[in-house]
Amino acid sequence: MIKSILIFNNHGKPRLIRFYQYFAEEMQQQIIRETFHLVSKRDDNVCNFLEGGSLIGGSDDKLIYRHYATLYFVFCVDSSESELGILDLIQVFVETLDKCFENVCELDLIFHMDKVHYILQEVVMGGMVLETNMNEIVAQVELQNRMEKSEVAVQQPALKSHICEFAWRSVGGPRSRRLCREEHEPARDSPQHQHRRHQYQSAEPLPVLNGHPR
Amino acid sequence: MALKIVKGSIDRMFDKNLQDLVRGIRNHKEDEAKYISTCIDEIKQELKQDNIAVKANAVCKLTYLQMLGYDVSWAAFNIVEVMSSSKFTYKRIGYLAASQCFHESTDVIMLTTNQIRKDLSSPNQYDTGVALTGLSCFVTPDLARDLANDIMTLMSHTKPYIRKKAVLIMYKVFLKYPESLRPAFPRLKEKLEDPDPGVQSAAVNVICELARRNPKNYLSLAPLFFKLMTSSTNNWVLIKIIKLFGALTPLEPRLGKKLIEPLTNLIHSTSAMSLLYECVNTVIAVLISLSSGMPNHSASIQLCVQKLRILIEDSDQNLKYLGLLAMSKILKTHPKSVQSHKDLILQCLDDKDESIRLRALDLLYGMVSKKNLMEIVKKLMLHVDKAEGTTYRDELLTKIIDICSQSNYQYITNFEWYISILVELTRLEGTRHGHLIASQMLDVAIRVKAIRVFAVAQMATLLDNAHLMTGNVQRKGICEVLYAAAWICGEFSEHLDNPMQTLEAMLRPKVATLPGHIQAVYVQNAAKLFATVLKNQEGNTEGTAAQETSQLMIDRLPLFVQSANLEVQERASCILQLVKYIQKLQQKDVEVAEEVIALFAGELNPVAPKAQKKVPIPEGLDLDAWINEPPSESESEDEQPKAIFAKEETKHSRPRHTEVDEKELARRREVRKQEQASNPFYIKASPSSQKVYQEAPGVDHIPVVQIDLSVPLKVPGLPMSDQYVKLEEERRQKDRADKKKKEKKKRKEKRSGRGKKHDSGPESEEDITPAHMVDIVTEEMPENALPSDDDDKDPNDPHKALDIDLDNLVEMAGRRPLADSEKLPVRSHRAAEPLKSPAEDGDAESAASQEPKKKSSKEKREKKKDKDRDRKKSKDEKKKKKHRHEEKGEDLLGSQADEPVVQSEETSEVAAPPASNTAEVSDLDFWLSNAPVPSNTQEAATLPAAVAAPVPETPSGTAPDSEPDEPKDTEPEETDKKSSKHKKKKQKKEKKEEKEKKKKKKHHHHHRHSDGGAEESVQNGTVEEEEEEPLPPMSNYCLLAENSYIKMENDIQGNLQDGSQVVVSVIFENKCDSFLKSMEFNVLDSLNSKLQRAEGSGPHDGLTVPFQLPPVVSNEARFVFTVQSIVMPQKLKGTLTFIVKNEDSSTHEKLDFKLHFTCSSYLITTPCYSDAFAKLLESGDLKCSSVKLEGVIMPFHHLLARICFHHHFSVVERVDSCASMYSRSIQGHHVCLLVKTVSEPVKLEISYNQLLCLKKKKKKKKSVLSDCDLDFSLSVPLPPSLFRQ
Repeated sequence: MIKSILIFNNHGKPRLIRFYQYFAEEMQQQIIRETFHLVSKRDDNVCNFLEGGSLIGGSDDKLIYRHYATLYFVFCVDSSESELGILDLIQVFVETLDKCFENVCELDLIFHMDKVHYILQEVVMGGMVLETNMNEIVAQVELQNRMEKSEVAVQQPALKSHICEFAWRSVGGPRSRRLCREEHEPARDSPQHQHRRHQYQSAEPLPVLNGHPR
Repeated sequence: MALKIVKGSIDRMFDKNLQDLVRGIRNHKEDEAKYISTCIDEIKQELKQDNIAVKANAVCKLTYLQMLGYDVSWAAFNIVEVMSSSKFTYKRIGYLAASQCFHESTDVIMLTTNQIRKDLSSPNQYDTGVALTGLSCFVTPDLARDLANDIMTLMSHTKPYIRKKAVLIMYKVFLKYPESLRPAFPRLKEKLEDPDPGVQSAAVNVICELARRNPKNYLSLAPLFFKLMTSSTNNWVLIKIIKLFGALTPLEPRLGKKLIEPLTNLIHSTSAMSLLYECVNTVIAVLISLSSGMPNHSASIQLCVQKLRILIEDSDQNLKYLGLLAMSKILKTHPKSVQSHKDLILQCLDDKDESIRLRALDLLYGMVSKKNLMEIVKKLMLHVDKAEGTTYRDELLTKIIDICSQSNYQYITNFEWYISILVELTRLEGTRHGHLIASQMLDVAIRVKAIRVFAVAQMATLLDNAHLMTGNVQRKGICEVLYAAAWICGEFSEHLDNPMQTLEAMLRPKVATLPGHIQAVYVQNAAKLFATVLKNQEGNTEGTAAQETSQLMIDRLPLFVQSANLEVQERASCILQLVKYIQKLQQKDVEVAEEVIALFAGELNPVAPKAQKKVPIPEGLDLDAWINEPPSESESEDEQPKAIFAKEETKHSRPRHTEVDEKELARRREVRKQEQASNPFYIKASPSSQKVYQEAPGVDHIPVVQIDLSVPLKVPGLPMSDQYVKLEEERRQKDRADKKKKEKKKRKEKRSGRGKKHDSGPESEEDITPAHMVDIVTEEMPENALPSDDDDKDPNDPHKALDIDLDNLVEMAGRRPLADSEKLPVRSHRAAEPLKSPAEDGDAESAASQEPKKKSSKEKREKKKDKDRDRKKSKDEKKKKKHRHEEKGEDLLGSQADEPVVQSEETSEVAAPPASNTAEVSDLDFWLSNAPVPSNTQEAATLPAAVAAPVPETPSGTAPDSEPDEPKDTEPEETDKKSSKHKKKKQKKEKKEEKEKKKKKKHHHHHRHSDGGAEESVQNGTVEEEEEEPLPPMSNYCLLAENSYIKMENDIQGNLQDGSQVVVSVIFENKCDSFLKSMEFNVLDSLNSKLQRAEGSGPHDGLTVPFQLPPVVSNEARFVFTVQSIVMPQKLKGTLTFIVKNEDSSTHEKLDFKLHFTCSSYLITTPCYSDAFAKLLESGDLKCSSVKLEGVIMPFHHLLARICFHHHFSVVERVDSCASMYSRSIQGHHVCLLVKTVSEPVKLEISYNQLLCLKKKKKKKKSVLSDCDLDFSLSVPLPPSLFRQ
């Protein structure tokens, strides 16, 4: 089970929080702070697992996180989840964001928290992994957006809504830092990048994630 | 209206949307809180508007604010409003907000039930999807109960998108509403084989979550998962399954054996690291579960360790971390294989990543040996010095102590070294583990007698330098060490070089700054020291020195008497009075030292940690009972707080104590000793340790190495443990040399038993003899300690409620079928009216009035559910069966024996499932055992007739089983038992024979009755529930004929695959003392029905019964009849001829019988789903007639059971005293039956296929209670002449 999913930036500002068990708002903020404290002091070149924080979960729980450019994606999971699997899942999630937002950056998450939630809902449901095939996720998100668009178009033809933009574009500020590529990272096509993306599988492209044959 | 919309749109244009809000917050960095509060006010205004778009926008903004930590629960009702919008756009916003801020105590949740139900049944899959997603986050027990059935229906939705969501959410429903698990489980299991990989994955996910908490209930799914594992290509699914197997193997070692090979293959073949890692993990779990009896898995261990080494050597920190993690699991059972990688693990200690270092530390624990302990600890001490951050340093500290103290200091050869390590550790600043070091010091000093001299010297030094530690008075800080130091110095003060100096150190004014419990120990032990000092001084010098010491005590102790700490205060004042008294005696020149020392005589031994807990409560002692009646409440309010009360009491008791004179004390001590001796509850020193103490008052017999006094023992702040490493090396060399010499001298002599205690160490280390030994190993326990450990399970764990036995549900329903009470709540029963469209506009107000409308669609879903379940069931079973044959191959000689029977009879798969269902439980056993099961071969041997002597034209007769008591156990649930009879009997027989030899086969017995399959149980379970009255035993077999030699009972079943065949099973029971042989069965054929005979034989030849009957034995044979018309009942005359053979004579005998084919004999129990049933009724193809039956006095459920059982019907639906039933003839005619009770008489309303007419024929009015009374005859409506017989 995934206990919670937190996305916050390098300063600990929450960009998306999703708890699969109930915590009061103050507690949620405390958990974010604690998690940020734990995660932020770690170098980028250390492992991505942390024994759980004191506030959320028990000894069974782990924090599994990835750091992309300005954002931390932290999943708190229990022992029924595979560590490497969750790392891959984060990657799938981020790549899905990248597809849906066309070169996602922190600003997209800031201004479209709701959309990010909708995407996340297609990946994880109630703390369990729902779908790992990126194409499937993107397809479902697209279909829902189309539906939204048609509804808005019928009801309020005169109004231009950001909501109905198919690929949500960032509305505020310059597109500064792309998420999928970390700043210190080499360009996407370089071998090192490839290695990072396919860390836990060797030859085939993301086989673990897509449910394709091993 | 239009105007309103336009107005709303214009409103909307001026509203802030989410982006505006975010931008606003970003622009008001200084006064964010203020800005947000104005925004919240705006939102409140927006929520008051009627326009749903405005509301949705407001709710969306609230969701954002919730993320920032604002409580938005006040808007819960508005969120519900937005959720119930008919527009997907808004609905989605509403559900998102709800999922973020609703929880179990949100009261508006109960308003959402109908809305959610509506959304779940929406024709738009995304409405459904969004509702499922939302619900997964805020489902409550009430919602779970009300919606479980709707969600279950969705599990069979046409869209995989919905199916997978519905499957996943079931887990949440189970958690909140555990009662739903049993009814929903069959379908969940079915989803494991869903064609869509996403749904499959979801089902695996849910079952894995369930199984993780209560693995034993899911053990029977192992074969299915095994199949998935070997066939699936989805790594996500594989990982989950493999993890699940990891949880299952500890429960079933045979499963582990089976897993090893495929897992090893996966390890070799996979390229996905995540999968590889999980495989290795599970193999480790398997190896752990097998660790006892399986020596030849060293190859697997080696493979795992190798693969892990590759992971650890990887540059990727994540892999390194996981590799170490898995390695530590191997370590527990196979330490040797890990020890060879010590280099790698030590290397990891230097890793920059703290998580990795911690993991490596965990591993070190198991890698130490006598040889390398000092070296490893030395390395760790270096790390302690280098470590930044107290957490890691504390971790190091605890690890060092863990490593050294493990299994009773097994690896420590030199305790002086260990004490100095502990002393070095006290120099750590800011550690939280002072108490840990302290307890180690105490433990070592108490247990290792030889080390006491050394330990006391070290502790005295520590006490002298106490000021270095008192800086940190934080609880559990390093000053805790002083607690140990003071106690050791006091308790073993006879070993002190300069007790006077230590005494002074303990009475320094600075001590008063220490925590209370430490001061108390100081005071107490100062008294012990005082006694020792007195003894020394009285012997040596004139009285003045002793008196000076007393004076010192009298001067210093008042400081402690003033302590705020009660304990300190009490002890100090006791001792002060005592010393004053001693001083008086000293002034009179009385020698008191001996007496004072006697105060502290006796050995203190370690007490087991749980000793107190394990003292059983004496009989008759009620700890909860009041000793004195509690004061009335009004009084207690006026009373003083307890603490004060307690304090006063202790003060009162003080003077009493001190007034007692020395003689009185001695006398009391005597009395107490005697009391203790006779008191069974007093914890006495264990005989063994006492013995050690008495026999070895000195330490001479313990080999002690000469302490090299050049080691600077007394300089704190200098590392000294290092010296010991060198010393130890020398010592060992010397030892080795000595030993060699010895061995040369006395080769034949056995090596001294000195090292034997440590045999558990690695072999190579036997040479290393420890310098000191642990003298006291056992800890003291109360004499009648309870052996059991406490159950540590958390009673609040929600998963506890899910510990539900699913096996009998899955495997066979009979034992505990789903009762009506277990069915998921459905609101109505009958689809009386045409369905209303569930898609209605979604105003919140309309939600409340939804209930009645939902009825019908609800029901439809329910029907569909049944259908699906049925379909799946039979599919499942077919697979199972196939699987079983594949898997077991030659193991299943028994089943092979009846396999040809099945084929020759052309018994359909549809008829067969219940039988294979019965076999399911044994399947697991079979599946798990690779070797042929002895009982099976035995069974095959006992059935030579079945295999070797098939009668060519009566293939049905090839299963001659003995069946003496079969009829008794049958139960009404087994409506389709008949169809599976012969197979089941086989099972039964098997069971009987195996019972003694094979206990595990016992399931057969328990599950035998339940072959109806889950779907049957749901339907027929209705029969059982309301009345508790048990059903009378029923039998399919009715008496055919009987004489003094033999009794024949028969049962007739249709053959679904061949519409013109019925199979008659006849049980022959030998009633006499003679041997019956050469039995021949013959029937006079009619135009319509003919006995199938062997090829080439004439139409009047009999059939040889393929067995002989010893006295009082029964067996069964089968005969196939071909029938042309199934619409009329038949009576066939027949004869059985046989030879009765006695010892001396043999006679020919014969027995006539009449074989009666009723119309219901041609029916085959076929489950039907309510929607199919409804369609059938609607189709108009059926003709209808009804019959009233009077005088039925049996309970309704008995009646239903009878109809099911004897006439091969299955219950489609039942409400109160009305039930619809269904069956099919062997030629495929549908027969529907509606049974109603109208007051007394049972009314049968019978519908039938247009080809058929089904008529209720009442033969004897009063015989309704007898078994075969409800006799149906089928007849073609035209010509009417055929209507009656």
